[in-house]
Amino acid sequence: MSLRSKLQEAWICLTAGRVTLPYPAEPRPTPETFRGRPIFDGNKCIGCGGCANNCPAREILLLDVCQEIRVLQYLGRRCTYCGRCAEVCPEQAITLSRDFETATPRIGDLRQRIELFMGSCQRCGRCFPEPTPLDRLKLKGYRFDDIEHEHWVFRSETYLPGAPVADDIAIELD
Amino acid sequence: MLKNLCQKLFGRSLWVYHANSGGCNGCDIEVLNVLTPYYDAERFGIKLVASPRHADVMLCQGPAMRSTAKALRRAYEAMPAPKLVFAIGSCACGGGVWFDTYTVLGPVERIIPVDFYIPGCPPRPEAIIYGVAVALGLVDPKVAPVQVRQLELPFPRYHPEDLQGEGPLVIYRKAQKV
Repeated sequence: MSLRSKLQEAWICLTAGRVTLPYPAEPRPTPETFRGRPIFDGNKCIGCGGCANNCPAREILLLDVCQEIRVLQYLGRRCTYCGRCAEVCPEQAITLSRDFETATPRIGDLRQRIELFMGSCQRCGRCFPEPTPLDRLKLKGYRFDDIEHEHWVFRSETYLPGAPVADDIAIELD
Repeated sequence: MLKNLCQKLFGRSLWVYHANSGGCNGCDIEVLNVLTPYYDAERFGIKLVASPRHADVMLCQGPAMRSTAKALRRAYEAMPAPKLVFAIGSCACGGGVWFDTYTVLGPVERIIPVDFYIPGCPPRPEAIIYGVAVALGLVDPKVAPVQVRQLELPFPRYHPEDLQGEGPLVIYRKAQKV
């Protein structure tokens, strides 16, 4: 019984073939619908801020440095690759690539930063602010994030500079 | 330097300990996929062990949570000295989608030092194998920070006296009033 079962087992093992994928030696293609690392095209972006407002993980930050320059920064740490930023982008400036090999020893490697040139009125040189603060809050892309400390803040009258708005909780361990 | 040190210290086989500190089990399933015959990780000497005292590498999944922070710290301290920590998934790398809720403290690097990050939600099994290859120094990491400027202009054209700082850190002092 034992010899026969051993031979049977050996036969099964010999005829089973090989299923292990030769991944690190050969590249492995992803499916067509795979959503990997988002790529921001700085030349197509118009700076509407729709991606920053729709990101569920709050990974895209906006800051108006001055009248003409708006900085858009994608951090990529907690991005879930949901693709909502690419869906809302009116200019198709964001494409989700099929690149998944993003392992890195430095988390800052995933950052993408675009400095956008914002057009303004030809006569007065200013953009068109909404008349009331409530209208300003409802405006898409009306953000004033703290890029240095990576805080996301909606610019409103209640925001005081220096006050942490979405700060992480300080933890205590014994 | 870290690469050479890794190759020296972890030249043979890595025994991994798999710590989930409150994730959704998506990354757990991908890590277990790596150990299946399809992505046979034992050909690289990677073996899953049940105790942190036997392990060289800790695979962290899930964010640092208020309830599991102490246990995660104790598991890290129980590992013998040359140790690596991998943060697998968006939760471990950056805190996940619920990074600002009460129970979530943030990424696991708030509790324990993290050496390698494998982002993804969840990362593919190939991405995890790639991360291990990066850690062992077999391949170089592909990603690098990107910076694009649409236009170089002598900004601001209107009130240059209100500028503070230089270069990329320049701040327009009256930005609130614009």
